[in-house]
Amino acid sequence: MASIERPRPPAGVHTPGRAAIPARHLRTDRWWLAPTVTVVVLTAFVVYSTWRAFANADYYAAPYVSPFYSPCLASDCVPMRGGADLAVFGPWWGISPALIVLIFPLGFRLTCYYYRKAYYRGFWSAPPACAVAEPHARYTGETRLPLVLQNVHRYFFYFALAFAVILSYDAALGFRDPAGHWGHMGLGTLVLLANIALIWAYTLSCHSCRHIVGGRLKHFSRHPVRYRMWTWVSRLNAHHMALAWASLVGVAVADLYVYLVASGAFADPRFF
Amino acid sequence: MTAVERHNYDVVVVGAGGAGLRAAIEARGQGLRTAVICKSLFGKAHTVMAEGGIAASMGNSNPHDNWQTHFRDTLRGGKFLNQWRMAELHAQEAPERVWELETWGALFDRTKDGRIAQRNFGGHEYARLAHVGDRTGLELIRTLQQRIVALQQEDFADAGDFEARLRVFQECTVTRVLKDGERVAGVFGYERESGRFFVIEAPAVVLATGGIGKSFKVTSNSWEYTGDGHALALLAGAPLINMEFVQFHPTGMVWPPSVKGILVTEGVRGDGGVLRNSDGKRFMFDYVPEVFKDKYATSEEEADGWYADPDTHRRPPELLPRDEVARAINSEVKAGRGSPHGGVFLDIASRLPAQEIQRRLPSMHHQFRELADVDITAEPMEVGPTCHYVMGGVDVDPDTAAAGGVPGLFAAGEVAGGMHGSNRLGGNSLSDLLVFGRRAGLHAARYAQALTASQRPAVADAQVDAAAAEALRPFSAEPAEGTDGAAPAAVGAAGGAAGGAAGGAAGGAAGGAGGAVAPPENPYTLHQELQQTMNDLVGIIRKEQEMEEALTRLADLRTRSRRAGVEGHRQFNPGWHLAIDLRNMLLVSECVARAALERTESRGGHTRDDHPQMDRRWRGVNLVCELASPPDQLAAQDPAAGQITLRRRDMPPIRADLLDLFEKDELRKYLTDEELGQ
Amino acid sequence: MSYTGHFRVWRGDAEGGELKDFEVEVNEGEVVLDVIHRLQATQAHDLAVRWNCKAGKCGSCSAEVNGRPRLMCMTRMSVFAEDETVTVTPMRAFPVLRDLVTDVSFNYAKAREIPSFVPPPGLAPGEYRMAQQDVGRSQEFRKCIECFLCQDTCHVVRDHEENKPDFAGPRFLMRIAELDMHPLDAAAETGLDRARTAQDVHGLGYCNITKCCTEVCPEQIHITDNALIPMKERTADRKYDPLVWLGDRIFRRDK
Repeated sequence: MASIERPRPPAGVHTPGRAAIPARHLRTDRWWLAPTVTVVVLTAFVVYSTWRAFANADYYAAPYVSPFYSPCLASDCVPMRGGADLAVFGPWWGISPALIVLIFPLGFRLTCYYYRKAYYRGFWSAPPACAVAEPHARYTGETRLPLVLQNVHRYFFYFALAFAVILSYDAALGFRDPAGHWGHMGLGTLVLLANIALIWAYTLSCHSCRHIVGGRLKHFSRHPVRYRMWTWVSRLNAHHMALAWASLVGVAVADLYVYLVASGAFADPRFF
Repeated sequence: MTAVERHNYDVVVVGAGGAGLRAAIEARGQGLRTAVICKSLFGKAHTVMAEGGIAASMGNSNPHDNWQTHFRDTLRGGKFLNQWRMAELHAQEAPERVWELETWGALFDRTKDGRIAQRNFGGHEYARLAHVGDRTGLELIRTLQQRIVALQQEDFADAGDFEARLRVFQECTVTRVLKDGERVAGVFGYERESGRFFVIEAPAVVLATGGIGKSFKVTSNSWEYTGDGHALALLAGAPLINMEFVQFHPTGMVWPPSVKGILVTEGVRGDGGVLRNSDGKRFMFDYVPEVFKDKYATSEEEADGWYADPDTHRRPPELLPRDEVARAINSEVKAGRGSPHGGVFLDIASRLPAQEIQRRLPSMHHQFRELADVDITAEPMEVGPTCHYVMGGVDVDPDTAAAGGVPGLFAAGEVAGGMHGSNRLGGNSLSDLLVFGRRAGLHAARYAQALTASQRPAVADAQVDAAAAEALRPFSAEPAEGTDGAAPAAVGAAGGAAGGAAGGAAGGAAGGAGGAVAPPENPYTLHQELQQTMNDLVGIIRKEQEMEEALTRLADLRTRSRRAGVEGHRQFNPGWHLAIDLRNMLLVSECVARAALERTESRGGHTRDDHPQMDRRWRGVNLVCELASPPDQLAAQDPAAGQITLRRRDMPPIRADLLDLFEKDELRKYLTDEELGQ
Repeated sequence: MSYTGHFRVWRGDAEGGELKDFEVEVNEGEVVLDVIHRLQATQAHDLAVRWNCKAGKCGSCSAEVNGRPRLMCMTRMSVFAEDETVTVTPMRAFPVLRDLVTDVSFNYAKAREIPSFVPPPGLAPGEYRMAQQDVGRSQEFRKCIECFLCQDTCHVVRDHEENKPDFAGPRFLMRIAELDMHPLDAAAETGLDRARTAQDVHGLGYCNITKCCTEVCPEQIHITDNALIPMKERTADRKYDPLVWLGDRIFRRDK
């Protein structure tokens, strides 16, 4: 992340009166590693998911459906036996049905308190790392548009809950064989199960969730059940970062698996 | 005349620890304009180090607790040498002072029914210490600090100025209490940042400067504890009492240097930690005194059984009272069986599984891990006695906290003497700060309020000049260029002394320019020698010859300190600050040494190897330290004679109804037959 | 086991200054502050450094060691290689006074801007009843030793002097959270909405939760997760969530 140094009046750590140290930072550790990894992984995911979302193909390999394409709200999806095939949108929707629904998980993650940290640091260098001067002349944070919109995170959380329910349903369908008979399990079943477990853990560990279940209370002692829920969510919340990355990879892997099976590149190993 | 910044207040509080802040809150609460002066930043005072809690008989954990029980425990702890009226007021008022903190936002740990939880502590009959984990002192300081901010916000709302009635002068040091005749007229000091001098004129001054630990080599006290308030009081003409009583904690870390002096809680021994010498021997069994023989185990087997089953086993000797443990460690080290760095080994690592240690002693484990890379679950600690608290201090009126003999001077907290007698109970320090901090603030305010405008004292310019000259002396300590350089050291010493006298009288840099040629002394070196002297010779176990040797060395140090010189300028110059503080440390060290030499018995925080028993005839006697000559001529003292005179004073008899709280048998241990007869 | 360590210490004042090189003895078990003290006692008597308890409890010896905001008393020398140069500078978000000492009055000014605890009317001292689970959250924030490392590292003011008037900084936004979560704070009864003013007056919106405050906190307080984000959510309740607003009106919820 080389930034071009333009001459401007001394500011930030070079404000007159502060210790006169020419260097913008004196860190000797590999502070650039974390933001770089963030950029690489997030970019890779965006490239992959964009390709898959627009592909409009190879997203269903009975009984498995790609999490990118569920629920399918357009009428032109491939028939998915028993799947969340709701056809809310008529045939006028000509492009990939994934684009209708992906906006919700995308919004959930985009406004997520953890991802905000990651991309503010990685993509926006505000700041690139602690005590490393940022390259911006002005900074207003989340005080005004558009970033003030980050405050809608809780609404994305509500949608994320609905999506988690639908994907759980999809995962359950993974226990039917391609013909629709219960009692099946393949590698794909496990992939979908792992994915939905991570999705739930990530969704429930969300800071908004923590606030809603109990964080907003002033007196825990008057709401013992919500207090207990809050302690559970708090415990999960401590791992929100790890869950954010794990579930991101999980979704991509689940989709990739379905793609490989659907495109015939790989045959789903069947356990019973 | 020296140009200094002048301020005018009604009450000046020197020190911003628990006592100082509580005093300031009270004085401002009485409607007076109040200034607080502190050496550190606001909110950093040494009070934050207090871990255990605040002793107050609220009766939350045990409804039987009451002030009488607390009073009784306090007197027992102090071996009946306490100023009994102070102990009475303290026990009575402590609960109110704690509850008051809650109304200012303090959040103590709670009982199941929502009240303030109280914990057990050594010497307290009931669970009595209000606490917040192991950071009670921090909670106390923060609460008082935030209360001060709240009052400043009120003033802002009223007057548009946060500092209209209550101002904190942070990072400032007071070097003199100024007087108008007999009465207090204000204080003289300097800003540590800029080195600029200032004078605050005020009819009432509250000293709340804490202790004296920095005169000792191994201490749990911070750099601020240079006995400033003790010295300021002496120099202003007020006496100190009980200076021989210094509390040492038996187990402070002696190694590594980054944690030297830091306390290892008694809990480590309570949970199974044992003390071993360099031979690996668990030596405490050899040090159980006769009177404790029936209460402590005689074999390792029996002692180890106690942890799990205390009912059928006697206690391990590691849990003897603090002074016994400290004496034993001292003996082992002196006998050459100490650890490499002059302590003994405290071993819990081989006694409990690592996980169990972490569970029971989380903050100990964390602290040493973080601060010194020491893993107490893997290796033994090196510990030895560490200077922790001084019971002695300014002789004050128990009800008003007014210092003796100097109208307008008040003292509260560790700098005040009497309350704790010869030994302080854990937890009684924080409650002391609150109870007597408030009283000092209240009575300082009343004293100031009672004065009409024409009665207010004035600060004479000559005093300001003298104080400025004294403070500046370290900069002119270097020999002047072109002097012949051949004069022997004795001449240099005399020159230094004469220079000091001149400085005291009229100001000026005579110390250096007046022909003194001995090279300037490094204040850091002087300080180290002072600490070594006090540690080795007036430390936890004392002997007559050693203390006499100490007095000789102190006299030498005092002479040399006249030549303590510093380089650089006045802006935030730590060498200069130390050179100024040396005066205070030397004064209080001499008080400690003289009083300790005089008291030929062992009691509480004063242990004489040559007089190991407590003597009832000493029970009712206070040793009073006073400055030997008028403060202005302090420097001119003959080194051998010293700066301090000592006299004995009988304590007022304990009120009958308070004596009735004790069993006759118990009183017989402390009081003489005549006292019992009355 | 001691060795000669290489230190670079910033020396100077508001007018200017530079990093000065020192060779100094380092012993086993020491922390950076020990070495700075040795410099002071042997080579630079007038080296200005602020410190007090030397036990990580008072928060005085804040500085930047190899570019990272740290307490010098809690930075062990053993984390550096023996041939590594250890660079010590004053905190770079505040005006410097001299050497390692900075002017931290910004923080004291901000402390005064936060409305204090409002005692509940009708409760006398000694009548306060609070459950442990209700005080736990605020107690975590009260562990703060006010070292101001979070204020120093926060890019909102570190990199933008112009934001200082509008932004209280992590330490004091956490103070608002502490009071807002205090079970007996009666600010609401006096018409003070702490969550709303956190955003409107004290600049909570500037925080972009990049967590540097939490990263540098020597007391391991979860400033971001437990104070700042919950305050952002509480602010969202008041300002950005019509459903909550409606719910509060309809059910007259007491919290």
